[in-house]
Amino acid sequence: MADEIGNPKIRGPKDPVKKGELVEIKSLIKHPMESGSRKDKATDALIPAHFIESVVVEYAGKQVVKATWSGAVSKDPFFSFFVKADVTGPLKMTWKDNKGQSFSAEATITVA
Amino acid sequence: MDQTNVTRRGFFRTAGVLGAAVAGSSLLGVSVLAHADDAAPAVNIDELVAKQVGAGPIAMEKVGLDIPGTAENAALVRMPIVVDHPMEAGNFIQTVTLIIDNNPNPLIAQFELTPEAGKASLEFRARMAKSSKVRVIAKSNSGKLYGVVKEIQVAAGGCSG
Repeated sequence: MADEIGNPKIRGPKDPVKKGELVEIKSLIKHPMESGSRKDKATDALIPAHFIESVVVEYAGKQVVKATWSGAVSKDPFFSFFVKADVTGPLKMTWKDNKGQSFSAEATITVA
Repeated sequence: MDQTNVTRRGFFRTAGVLGAAVAGSSLLGVSVLAHADDAAPAVNIDELVAKQVGAGPIAMEKVGLDIPGTAENAALVRMPIVVDHPMEAGNFIQTVTLIIDNNPNPLIAQFELTPEAGKASLEFRARMAKSSKVRVIAKSNSGKLYGVVKEIQVAAGGCSG
């Protein structure tokens, strides 16, 4: 359980939207988000930092939103934002952590 | 908390007058992010803000952070940010920065937006080490700064176990 990591999920509009509509995208990923300041209770040693430091959102191949995070973003980070639905195309999110691990997920925005 | 108020009072005036230099690059520096709970002196908030968004005046308008004044769970504090500003080519919010003064590493998150986002509205969750001011600063593509400050009380810290 504690080791669970990844499994990114994106939730956008299920149905086609109107051109120019502002749509909310919600996302979740499993990640410990260890800030590096927490101590192991048994050994009193610091638990090494392990957190997502960037989240890039690309819509139809163009970066529309980017987040840069510290280790104080909560465990299993939720992130929501908006995009303006101008074209039918993929919405791709890429999460990268401070150990170089990368996760991505994709959804499709369909403009009617 | 009170002992640090003096140095933070000037925050929303022109920032970055004195105090210890904040080392690192002008962007969201790895040097700042890496020292999550360094025992070193607390970061000077005015300087942190100046470094992240520039030292200009911050208008206390347009930015919303609609959360209760008391956080029930310090490990999971909702940070819903809404900036009431157009998101059009040539007139948009370019960055949104969130700072929690009393966290070991006060710089929590920074977001880069484009007109294609359509709306400067985002939400994430943060851990709060203790009761603190939470600041959000939005910067437009022309360099104008808008902000909000909220005092959030927490029962128990969410950073250390």
